[in-house]
Amino acid sequence: MLYREAGQFKTSYAADQAIFPLAQDRIGMAIILAVAFIAIPAVANEYWLQTIMIPFLILSLAALGLNVLTGYAGQLSLGTGGFMAVGAFAAYKFATAFPEMNIIVVFLISGLISAAVGIVFGVPSLRIKGFYLAVATLAAQFFLLWLLVKYPWFYNYDPSGVISAPPIDIFGFAIDTAVSKYMLTLIIVSVLALATKNLVRSHIGRGWMAIRDMDIAAEIIGFRPLTTKLSAFAVSSFLVGVAGAMYAFLYLGSVEAAAFDITTSFNILFMVIVGGLGSVLGSFIGAAFILTLPIFLDNFPRMLGFEISVETVTHLQFMIFGALIIFFLIVEPHGLARLWTITKEKLRAWPFPY
Amino acid sequence: MSFKKLALALTGAALLAAPAVSSAVAAENEQFIPSLVYRTGPYSPNGTPVANGFADYFNMLNARDGGINGVKLVVEECETGYNTAKGVECYERLKGKGPTGATAFNPMSTGITYALIEKATADKIPIISMGYGRTAAGDGRVFPYVFPLVTTYWDDATAIIKYIAGQEGGYDKLKGKKIALVFHNSAYGKEPIPILKKMAAKYGYKFSEFPVQHPGLEQKATWLQIGRRLKPDWVILWGWGVMNSTAIKEAAAVRFPRDRMVGVWWSGAEQDVLPAGKGATGYTASTFHGAGADYAFLKDIKKYVYDAGNGKGKKENVGQVLYNRGALNAMLEAEAIRTAQEKFGKRPLTGEEVQWGLENLNLTAERIKEIGFEGFIAPLKISCRDHVGGGKIRIQKWDGKKWVWASEWLESDRSMVRPMIEEAAAQYAKEKGITPRDCK
Repeated sequence: MLYREAGQFKTSYAADQAIFPLAQDRIGMAIILAVAFIAIPAVANEYWLQTIMIPFLILSLAALGLNVLTGYAGQLSLGTGGFMAVGAFAAYKFATAFPEMNIIVVFLISGLISAAVGIVFGVPSLRIKGFYLAVATLAAQFFLLWLLVKYPWFYNYDPSGVISAPPIDIFGFAIDTAVSKYMLTLIIVSVLALATKNLVRSHIGRGWMAIRDMDIAAEIIGFRPLTTKLSAFAVSSFLVGVAGAMYAFLYLGSVEAAAFDITTSFNILFMVIVGGLGSVLGSFIGAAFILTLPIFLDNFPRMLGFEISVETVTHLQFMIFGALIIFFLIVEPHGLARLWTITKEKLRAWPFPY
Repeated sequence: MSFKKLALALTGAALLAAPAVSSAVAAENEQFIPSLVYRTGPYSPNGTPVANGFADYFNMLNARDGGINGVKLVVEECETGYNTAKGVECYERLKGKGPTGATAFNPMSTGITYALIEKATADKIPIISMGYGRTAAGDGRVFPYVFPLVTTYWDDATAIIKYIAGQEGGYDKLKGKKIALVFHNSAYGKEPIPILKKMAAKYGYKFSEFPVQHPGLEQKATWLQIGRRLKPDWVILWGWGVMNSTAIKEAAAVRFPRDRMVGVWWSGAEQDVLPAGKGATGYTASTFHGAGADYAFLKDIKKYVYDAGNGKGKKENVGQVLYNRGALNAMLEAEAIRTAQEKFGKRPLTGEEVQWGLENLNLTAERIKEIGFEGFIAPLKISCRDHVGGGKIRIQKWDGKKWVWASEWLESDRSMVRPMIEEAAAQYAKEKGITPRDCK
């Protein structure tokens, strides 16, 4: 009843093509943005911002990047960690070589470098598909990390091979508190998420989906596999690279290449699968699920007042977390985002389902 | 369907309730000591004894002396699994606990140490990274809140070369000798390379590098090359975890003499030699503290903690190298608290006050004997400028059953290490825009 399109007439093409054609969706989105931009910075303490909100947003962006490639264009990739590392190290090189450069420009340039690297590693996708492509991108993961450890130039000859973010300020405003880092992260992620949402609705995005669903058919209706697949790799690596740069600069502050190991790639892939392949919303839900659930499970026994040793808690956490992933995948194989779509359909008929 | 809703609702409600965790109430006269541990994951065989030693020492102080000057010590562990992101989460969760907040953090991982340096400096909480972490942090002018106590990897490299020179009969005998470094191909493993190269130029030995890819289970090719082709006079092993025992096994397979292998202190624990069986006999490793349970403080731990049934681990594991390292870490923190209490009063201290205690920590031979560590560690003195303390290094040998001393306490070559530390710290200061403190 509440969630119906009745009475909302679209009188122009612009209204018909809007991201959120329903007024209810627009209101809902406005509320979410208001909470994210106003309520959370005002209410949340440092623990919440530093350990949950900032990594959640950054990993959502990385998951969104992988979702473009795997969910929309259908190219399975295990190289996400490697591309994040490229973004992080590129941002570090630019930020230390040109300290005057605006940090947002640094992030964008590091995204572009990551995109270029992504295109190179996307070339094999023209010939190999599916699991074989996953193995090829796995090579990217190992090669890139090896490269970044091998040549000290990448980390300015630091004896231990760790990159540390220099102090950040934007137009004279220092980004050094948890709130300011959160706000910067939020702004970048919101803008890029909006851009991606529009991209996947456009000609380019439809090309990706056509390639995903059947590449020969897509070729026949006029999409060139070369440009379509490589553009998916480029956009995906761009988003992942920016996420990597932010992971180093706004979340951890100092990282070594090993922080972007294969586990990171798997985690982001799980976020995409659990959240929902081919869904912008799914990237955010997946990141929230994979990131916050272990933290919550860690804290839960203590919240109830149980004194359990840390290793037992961790083992319990692994078991419950794994069980929940299986549970959700059985209940909804299309990801958590699909649950939301179903909810919307049900709400439409509520309270008189037929 | 309703079960799914219930599960979702429970998860959501509990997530909202999570911040309540971080504000637990604590009694007034307690010093809160966070302990980042890794009892799970691939490195748990190394992480567990360190964590046990750390907690047991504080529990022993509580049981024997009622804490430090009447202030009870409360240790809370947080599992990191050796994962940097989880370490940061632990830090944020524990830093504000207790009546005065966290005393100091012992990250027990190089990655976590790096990630915490800035956060902890901003929060004015000291970081104690004993025998690991950022070597440059030895310069206290640039890193006021970071303490890589006792000694550093670079010091260790110079001490190992000193030991080798001693075995060969003097530094002049090193000329033309072949020394190989077998290292974990990571930031940690590469740390000694610059200084080993520098010394190669100075003393004239031929230096060659053998990187081993993580996790280091496959070293056949490396050791064939060492044992059959290069035939070096000495091998320095810079490994971690399962890589160490594999290296020792492979060395035995190619008949490279084990007593000509010297490991760093992360390659010199029971966990590294026991899996190699008889092949490990004669293997040597550097260390900065004693092994075995024959020290007064360990007897106290057994008496006050284990006999009362409060031990974290097994009684027979007290005295293992890594257990002792955890206990030593705890002792240094406890002594820093004690030092700071003399200035600020016998009450729970803030991180900022403990930082003063660490900076003025002076472990003389008398004090070391007084607290039951005689022969366990060499004297140590921290200052505002020097956050390492100039601890000494000793070589230990595995005799097949236990570690025995194979050298005297060796002084590292500070004249070579210190300028390198200051140079690295200056570069860090420049990148971060830090003005170094004036240490008078």
